[in-house]
Parts: sequence; C-alpha cells; structure tokens
Amino acid sequence: MPEPPTALHVEHLTIDLDGRVILRDLSFDVATASWVAVIGPNGSGKTVLFRSLIGALPHSGIVRWAPGTRLGYVPQKLDIERNLPVTGLDLLAARARVAGVSASDVGSVLSRVGLSTNVLGGLIGDLSGGQFQRLLLGCALLSRPTLLLLDEPTTGIDEPGQERLNVAVQRLQRDGVTVMTISHDLSVVSRFATNVLCITRDHRCLEMPRRALTPELLAEVYAEPIAFFRHDEPDR
Amino acid sequence: MSLTASSFALTASSFALSVAVAIAAGLVGAFALMRRMSLAADALSHVALPGIGVALLLRVNVLAGAIFALVAGALLIWALERRTRLSADAIIGVVFSAALAIGALLTTSEELIDALFGGASPASSWELVVGITGAAGIVAFVLLAKDRLLLTFVSSDVARTAGIDVRRLDLFYLLACALVVALGLRYLGALLMGSLMIIPAATARHVARSVRQMLAGSALLAAGAMAAGMWLAMRLHRESGPLVVACASLCFFVVLGVRRQRRAA
Repeated sequence: MPEPPTALHVEHLTIDLDGRVILRDLSFDVATASWVAVIGPNGSGKTVLFRSLIGALPHSGIVRWAPGTRLGYVPQKLDIERNLPVTGLDLLAARARVAGVSASDVGSVLSRVGLSTNVLGGLIGDLSGGQFQRLLLGCALLSRPTLLLLDEPTTGIDEPGQERLNVAVQRLQRDGVTVMTISHDLSVVSRFATNVLCITRDHRCLEMPRRALTPELLAEVYAEPIAFFRHDEPDR
Repeated sequence: MSLTASSFALTASSFALSVAVAIAAGLVGAFALMRRMSLAADALSHVALPGIGVALLLRVNVLAGAIFALVAGALLIWALERRTRLSADAIIGVVFSAALAIGALLTTSEELIDALFGGASPASSWELVVGITGAAGIVAFVLLAKDRLLLTFVSSDVARTAGIDVRRLDLFYLLACALVVALGLRYLGALLMGSLMIIPAATARHVARSVRQMLAGSALLAAGAMAAGMWLAMRLHRESGPLVVACASLCFFVVLGVRRQRRAA
C-alpha cells in the first residue's frame, strides 16, 4: 500500500526562547488525513511547538507544509478577558468576513460543530466550556482548513461535551482533514489518534498509539509510572 | 457670555474638531481595552510632553513635536513587546513616566499647565484641516480593520492562521493610538488625553452586549464627555482637560451605580 502524502514535514526543529532551549532537534512527519496526538508532561513544549509551527515563535530548522495547506488553529486560551462584551457571533462573523465566506458557509459550520445562533448571540464569557471550544473550532473551520491544530481542546469540558467535540473532529479527519491535537487524556488519544508524538526534554517518538501508549514508554515520557488500562481496539 | 461672529466661528470649528477627535479616541479606546493596554494607552499620552518641550525650545509647531514624540513612543512599545517578554503596561510604567519627567524639565512652568491639562485655544485653520483629516483617518482605519483587530486581540495565534499580518496590524493600531493622543492634546493635555481613550470604553463595556455596541457606546460617550467638558470650560473659564475627564468619569460611576442597582434588584 503506498504511503499517504505528507501534510507536514519537520526537520531538526529547535526552539530557543530568551536563551532557554525549549525543544531541540525535533524531526517528524505528519501524514495527510491522520490524527496526531502530541503528548508529554506539562512544560515539555507542546504549545510552544504548535505556536512555532504557525510562525508565532522563532525557531531554527525546517517546517514544510504540503502545498495548498490551509491551517485552522484552536488555542488553549484567548488573549482577551472573557468578560468583555464580545459575543460568539461577533467572533464568528469577524472570522467569516476575514475568510471571505458566505452566510450559508457559516450556517453549515455551525451545524457541523452543533451550535445554534441563539447560543452564539450570548457573550463568550457566558458560554459553557464545551460551547466555547466548539465556537473556536467553528472559527477554525471557516477557513476550510486542510490541517487542524487543537491545543488541549477538551480541557474543562464535561464528558458529554468532550465526546461531542472529539466525534466532530473525527468526522473532519475522516473527510480528509489532518488533525494535530495536544492532549493529556490518554484514553482519548488511544481511541481517536492514528499516531502519537511524545515530547519530553530527553525523549521523543512518533508511533502508533498501540506502540506509544505502553506503561514503559509512558513512564519514560512522564518520568513516573502511569496507570493505563487498554481496552480491546484491534486496529490501533 | 456673548461671542463675536469671528470668535464664535473659531470656537465652533474648534468644538467640531474636539468632538471628531473624541469619536476617534472612543473607537481606538474600545480596542485598547481588548488589547489589555488600558494603563499603557493612558500613559502613552505622557510621552508627548518631551516632544512639546523640545518643540517649544526650538520654536517649531507644538503639534508636530508631540506627533514626533508619540510616534516614537508607539514604535518603542511595538518593538519592546516583541523583543522582550515585558507587557506593554510594564514597559510604559518605566519608560513613559521618565518621559513625563523629562518633558516637565524641558517645559517652562507657564506652558506646562497647558501642555499637561489642555488649553483649548482656538485651532488655526491648518490645525483644523490636519485634525479633522487625522480623526477621519483613524475612524476609517478602526472601522475597516475592526474584524482583523478583534481577531488579533482575541487571539493573535488564531489571527495569524487566518492570514492576518499580526505585527503590521498591531503597529498600525499603536500608531493610531499615538495620532489620536496627539490630536487631542490641545483639549486634554499630555496628562489626561489617554483617559479619553480609556474611560468611555470602560463605561461602554459595562452596558454593551456586543462588539458593535461597545464601539458605538465608547465613541458616543467620548464625544458626549468632550462636548460637555468643552462647554463647561467655556462657561467656567477653566482648562478643558480636567472638565472633560470629570464628565467622562461621572458617566462611568453613574453607569456602574445603575448596573449594581439593577443587579441587586
């Protein structure tokens, strides 16, 4: 079977912020329409990696996107205070106008992420964690991305909300969108990811979940024993 | 108080310019709140003082001196925010307080009061043209770039992946801040002009339910405070700056009080 085309090629990536090396000599490839979960302990540089990939932080090495790549990015947190008078519709409309998409496209994105205009008419500070993350995902989808970067998208969301978000992202991946997500939830990684990128100061690997999510490797990544129970998932 | 026809014309044109500048300040200020630079926007006006001092020493136009210093100040914030991990507020706290001190040393005590608090002397015809054109340009910039500004200040990373040149937009925004401060110095002075950007925006924030309402509310409140303050200054023969800021502050506390009462009810 031929190898799927590469959506992202990273070679010898080193990120040095104010003289402190956050990531050194990282190399990996991301296949088109795959779901790569980035795991590692807090402070290992996962968010820094994403911000460096999108050009927000300086780095050395090669970051090469497939020709015609359109990025969608869902950040871990916003730069503004949540209690400002900004509604979900304000954000979505602004993003739609910048992307130059029509009102019907906005409607289709809303139905994909399971949000109504009624909910989005409220202030972003009044949205639940799940609604807020789906709003950010909706904003990212307005650019019709070929590659989605999600930085801990389910943090602070209840179980049903996490399930809805993960299933929505999985649907996108099955439609051909490449997904990279930072996650601390190993059961979600095991269930949805096609590959796992482990990042620590001394260790990195890009493996299929079955090979990456072993007690030995996880203990090495997190520098302490991790209790991890695998259910039967023969294809992973 | 009675006015001659010529003094009325001068006063009316100066009044129109002050309201135009206030509208621009209100719009820019709404985004200053989103950018988390309330203190920075307020203190940015202080940097005009050394420019005014040097202009007076060299006997060149005071507005030109202020614009030069403010643009330099805006460029300084923009560059330092990118090259250091300090926030705009921290940078302003250190650098621009020093600018205020240097400016005060360069300016004689008679000129200092007008420079600090605004004098509201009638604007010359070229100052009117520059002022109205500048204010219109700032309003046009904010309204045309409002979507990109919103995305950039909500999340610079989201904006970046949306294809927005975040650094350039941020620079243009800071220059708009500098220009609006320069245009308003005549009325509010170097010490108080920043307040006209922040207080109406902070007031509008409490009543607005969307970005559009916040922008409109901030612009209207700034224009209202400026008009009321200018009128009071004329009636009471006092400096316009403190009266404009007093009107804006009164509005802020009234809105805050009404909002608290409604919540309690």
